[in-house]
Amino acid sequence: MRHLLSTTELSREAAIELLDISEDMAAVADRENKKLPALRGKTVVNLFFEDSTRTRISFEAAAKRLSADVINFSAKGSSVSKGESLKDTAQTLSAMGADAVVIRHGASGAPAVLAASGWIDAGIINAGDGTHEHPTQALLDAFTMRRRIHGAGSRGKGLDGVSVTIVGDIVHSRVARSNVWLLKTLGAHVRLVAPATLLPVAVDSWPVTIDYDLDHALAESTPDVIMMLRIQQERMNDAFFPNPREYANVWGLSTARWAKLPATSLVMHPGPMNRGLEISSAAADSPQSTVLEQVANGVSVRMATLYTVLTSTREVSA
Amino acid sequence: MSTSSYLIRGATIGAGATTDILTHGNVITAMGSGLDAAGAVVIDAQGLVALPGLVDLHTHLREPGYEQSETVLTGTQAAAIGGFTAVFAMANTNPVADTAGVVEQVLALGEAAGYATVRPIGAVTQGLDGQRLAELGAMATSRAQVRVFSDDGKCVSDPLLMRRALEYVKSFDGVIAQHAQEPRLTENAQMNEGEVSARLGLTGWPAVAEESIIARDVLLAEHVKSRLHICHLSTAGSVEVIRWAKARGINVTAEVTPHHLLLDEERAETYDSRFKVNPPLRRREDVLALREALADGTIDIVATDHAPHPSESKECEWGAAAFGMVGLESALSVVQETMVETGLLNWDDVARVLSITPARIGSLSTHGQPLTVGAPAHITLVDPNTRQTFSRQRLAGRSLNSPFLGLELPGRVMATLHQGYATVLDGILIESDIVAAHAEAVRRG
Repeated sequence: MRHLLSTTELSREAAIELLDISEDMAAVADRENKKLPALRGKTVVNLFFEDSTRTRISFEAAAKRLSADVINFSAKGSSVSKGESLKDTAQTLSAMGADAVVIRHGASGAPAVLAASGWIDAGIINAGDGTHEHPTQALLDAFTMRRRIHGAGSRGKGLDGVSVTIVGDIVHSRVARSNVWLLKTLGAHVRLVAPATLLPVAVDSWPVTIDYDLDHALAESTPDVIMMLRIQQERMNDAFFPNPREYANVWGLSTARWAKLPATSLVMHPGPMNRGLEISSAAADSPQSTVLEQVANGVSVRMATLYTVLTSTREVSA
Repeated sequence: MSTSSYLIRGATIGAGATTDILTHGNVITAMGSGLDAAGAVVIDAQGLVALPGLVDLHTHLREPGYEQSETVLTGTQAAAIGGFTAVFAMANTNPVADTAGVVEQVLALGEAAGYATVRPIGAVTQGLDGQRLAELGAMATSRAQVRVFSDDGKCVSDPLLMRRALEYVKSFDGVIAQHAQEPRLTENAQMNEGEVSARLGLTGWPAVAEESIIARDVLLAEHVKSRLHICHLSTAGSVEVIRWAKARGINVTAEVTPHHLLLDEERAETYDSRFKVNPPLRRREDVLALREALADGTIDIVATDHAPHPSESKECEWGAAAFGMVGLESALSVVQETMVETGLLNWDDVARVLSITPARIGSLSTHGQPLTVGAPAHITLVDPNTRQTFSRQRLAGRSLNSPFLGLELPGRVMATLHQGYATVLDGILIESDIVAAHAEAVRRG
């Protein structure tokens, strides 16, 4: 795997292998010495054009546990905000000898442009691009589901037959996109629940079931996993829904809705949560909630991703 | 400089007969076989198709203001290499072409360069801001004789302002060329809204944002009995609206770009911003509907929407990239590929959609005349039998943002005569000082 740009690129075998390597990495976290020498001498650049402390420190922890050198390049407050282009930034990082670039960018496709550009020879890992994808989030979500469902027997397994209901702002969500493709690849059944304003118009071409009504969706079939997406502040005043109260009433995982779910249904959220809006505190803090596991598993999955990208065989010109 | 004379031997006139063409100055003086070459430059046109010089109703020459992208000189060089002898220059320059002074400047730059007849298009509203009418009458009566008005790049979205503009230009038989794009429905829009945009996470530009404006404007044109032209029509739904309007007798014409005839939205898959354009590339079924509509006359003409941008405006993430692609140099090849090779049009039809009708819509009486004795000597000779990878060497303007680079396309313009002198011979551009001297001689009579 030269880059990780989208979960659409992952075959079932490649995805399961990544999840299995993540299991190995998680095992390291349980040891007294959490550090592996695997990426000693490699330089990983966290290139963040958008603020995301959570994702950045997750990648940073992952790289450091593998003994890579980490450079954090926050484009906010750097020359980028004064107009330096993606091209110039990439060429600068290339000149500094970056082996892998973890990029978070507000524009969909920026990591793909970087990977195809020839401006830099490093492996590119998409850490969230616009409203496109966030593949390591989907991998850590799948990893979390697999561990909860299969426990110690997770290795080698997919998510065949697992029903996953994703609720919220699908149209603007890179997490939802990456999850839809990866979960499909792993054999899960995905249902999307949102008002039509927050679904892409062409969502009928996706390998999912659609429902506009959360109560209807939950009554029709009990999901093994319910994943609540964050409602961004900027959607509040742009006619996607009348107001936060109505959203919470109709599409939120309220305490009442959560209480009707069986104890076996997992409650997931990629964070950060709007408690009381898309998810109630009772649901978020319940034993079914995987929110903190997702954070911990994020480091393991990102270790596996960095390891796979940085040890992939490159075509070397003679 | 002495008056030019050319003897074009053995050209096929459009889809018709093979003949020699003799020109003297800016006039075709004889046609037939065995014409006397005395004093004339002979062009061997065996196997070549002769068309009346092509006319582009939709070109961005970028001068004044954006000379790093294109100038009147470089843009008309691109036109000449593409077989065009007249271009209508869009108004979104800096300053905007919304006064007699700016349109006369653009006209004069075109006359001095000499590669093609440059007809400025006037802005509909001052500064393209959509608020107040520009000085339409002053531009119409200026030396530039503006007849086509457009805020292209922006839509005249205010329905009352659009109505007034349509009414006002009736006094000098003008036409409003509408860039049909409902602004609220296309805020931050990046590509066609549909299956691909949903997957790529790019904000959609829905077809309805174009179709609803066209529907409104054809009804306005009917109500005030004026003349409307629709720029770069891009969807199957727009075709249906135009078809309905024409059946109703509404005085509307429509253009399609070469890129909308060939390329579809799947080109956005790699986020290669060469394929970012406004209106966006649409679905395959839209592409096919546009071809059918051009073939059956619902769409009147092909216009390039030649939109040059410097490399830094395209070497970046999709969302930051500029909209637009260059198209003058490739237009005829793309039309041959999509319309002639498919049997939808013959070469007479090509002359109609790329020369005769655009000249008529733009009220440019000196161009777009069938090749007959006495007609002006604007002549394009194309070799339809070649097939080549479209490369940078085919680009003659200042910018390289062609979506066709690397594609195999048929046809190549071998010679272009503009007002009786050559701007292109053997597929190669004639040098600018020679062309300028010829143009100067023509102006002096």
